[in-house]
Amino acid sequence: MALKYSSITKKVIMALAGLFLISFLIVHLSINLLILKNDNREAFNLAAHFMVTNPLIQTFQWVLFGGFILHILIGILLQIQNWLARPKRYKVEGYSHTSFFSKFMIHTGIVILALLALHLVNFFFKAKFGEIPSVMINGEHYEDMGILVIEKFRSLPFVLIYVFWLIFLGFHLDHAFHSALQSLGLNHSKYTPVAFGLSRVLAILIAGGFILIPVLVYIS
Amino acid sequence: MDLTLKIWRQKNASSKGKFVTYKVNDISPNSSFLEMMDILNESLVVKGEDPVAFDHDCREGICGACSLYINGRPHGPDAAITTCQLHMRRFKDGDTIVIEPWRARPFPVLRDLIVDRTSFDKIIQAGGYISVNTGGIPDANAIPIPKINADLSMDAASCIGCGACVAACKNASAMLFVSAKVSQFALLPQGKVEAAERVQAMVAEMDRLGFGNCTNTGACEAECPKEISITNIARMNREFLCSKIGAPKVKIGAGGF
Ligand code: HEM
Ligand code: SF4
Ligand code: FES
Repeated sequence: MALKYSSITKKVIMALAGLFLISFLIVHLSINLLILKNDNREAFNLAAHFMVTNPLIQTFQWVLFGGFILHILIGILLQIQNWLARPKRYKVEGYSHTSFFSKFMIHTGIVILALLALHLVNFFFKAKFGEIPSVMINGEHYEDMGILVIEKFRSLPFVLIYVFWLIFLGFHLDHAFHSALQSLGLNHSKYTPVAFGLSRVLAILIAGGFILIPVLVYIS
Repeated sequence: MDLTLKIWRQKNASSKGKFVTYKVNDISPNSSFLEMMDILNESLVVKGEDPVAFDHDCREGICGACSLYINGRPHGPDAAITTCQLHMRRFKDGDTIVIEPWRARPFPVLRDLIVDRTSFDKIIQAGGYISVNTGGIPDANAIPIPKINADLSMDAASCIGCGACVAACKNASAMLFVSAKVSQFALLPQGKVEAAERVQAMVAEMDRLGFGNCTNTGACEAECPKEISITNIARMNREFLCSKIGAPKVKIGAGGF
């Protein structure tokens, strides 16, 4: 069905899904940062508990899966069409002035996707279906997701893989926010330069914020 | 100047083609790039070889024919010019210059450096016009048009259909060309009347011909000899979305368009 959509419609769907994924990353990051609080993981565990039990969040989880799948499938489809549009490549190419990371969206995307599998196995599926030690907070039993995270990030290779993964997420995000706005037709002489700046700021804050966690957990 | 040229040679549309290396000597830095090609061709003819076929017509930057991909950039190393406006002083004595045809599935090579750009004509035929006779010249201010729109429309209309945007794009996308043609009409009252049908018909034809999709890399804008801005692409996306969501269902090919 997606094959029948016009190139612009496909890009609009990618952009909407991508923007939704960015909003998800911001929520995810805000919760993760709680683990750095020096309170015996209490705030983090409460937030994690809220995320896995709140019905609204649980519904949105399905929207998130859908968004991811749409973004990935259409991204791959667009890329295949793009390759087919130039069956014979140039001998010398790539000297035109362009935004650097925009040329590598499929590559950074695939790195994100590959290590996402590792991430889901280690945390998401454990949280959903695995055995997790419990802790007492305010006299009630909660699952101690925090300890799971901290144990994982004691291993140096694991921390390095995460840092590598998140750097690639940063590369992807550098050409994400402003590109999505352009795809949606939102271009403006006053605000587009701001959107470019915001894209880079988002890339650095989101990737940097996520990287902080494994690194600080490992060091302490 | 003495130069080494690596040029794509291909007998016809169905042959395989390969790079052939040529030496040219004593080229004046003041000659144009196409004059340098003429000098090479004269020497080939004297030797009894086939001259290198390349497109050219006006040689003053207005027709868009001179489609050469030089050292990894359409129209060579300078911004905002066509190949015929490029001069040899931009190169250094002893340089090696690689010259290739535009590469895109909808632009098949016909011979050597000449490609068939009929695909662009087909996109225009799909809707790049106003389908009524516009009649005589109206009074200057009979239809009020904001100055800014008149300027933006004129900027978009300066596209010469050279195809450098497609050649530069890593996806061989024609979005810059199509968006310029959509914008020049969409910005003016006379063009607005058929804007919804136009944008849908032209985008459908662009997709059908096998041009790539837009990743918003901006290579097209950087290489366009007429400095057409990618704000036109955003405008086309906007026009397209509004026509899909807001306007009545469009039947492409049902008459007019
Ligand atoms: C949380 C992760 C991700 C976020 C926040 C994200 C966000 C975005 C955004 C906002 C865009 C710009 C859309 C546009 O230009 O309209 C984009 C483009 C793209 N993304 Fe992602 N993305 C993510 C993961 C992935 C993954 C896993 C893939 C795997 C294939 C992927 C592949 C692509 C591709 C190929 C493009 C460029 C599409 C094109 O213009 O040709 N992304 N991404
Ligand atoms: S938009 Fe620019 S590069 Fe593309 S065809 Fe028109 S003049 Fe040439
Ligand atoms: S020959 Fe006409 S633009 Fe170069």
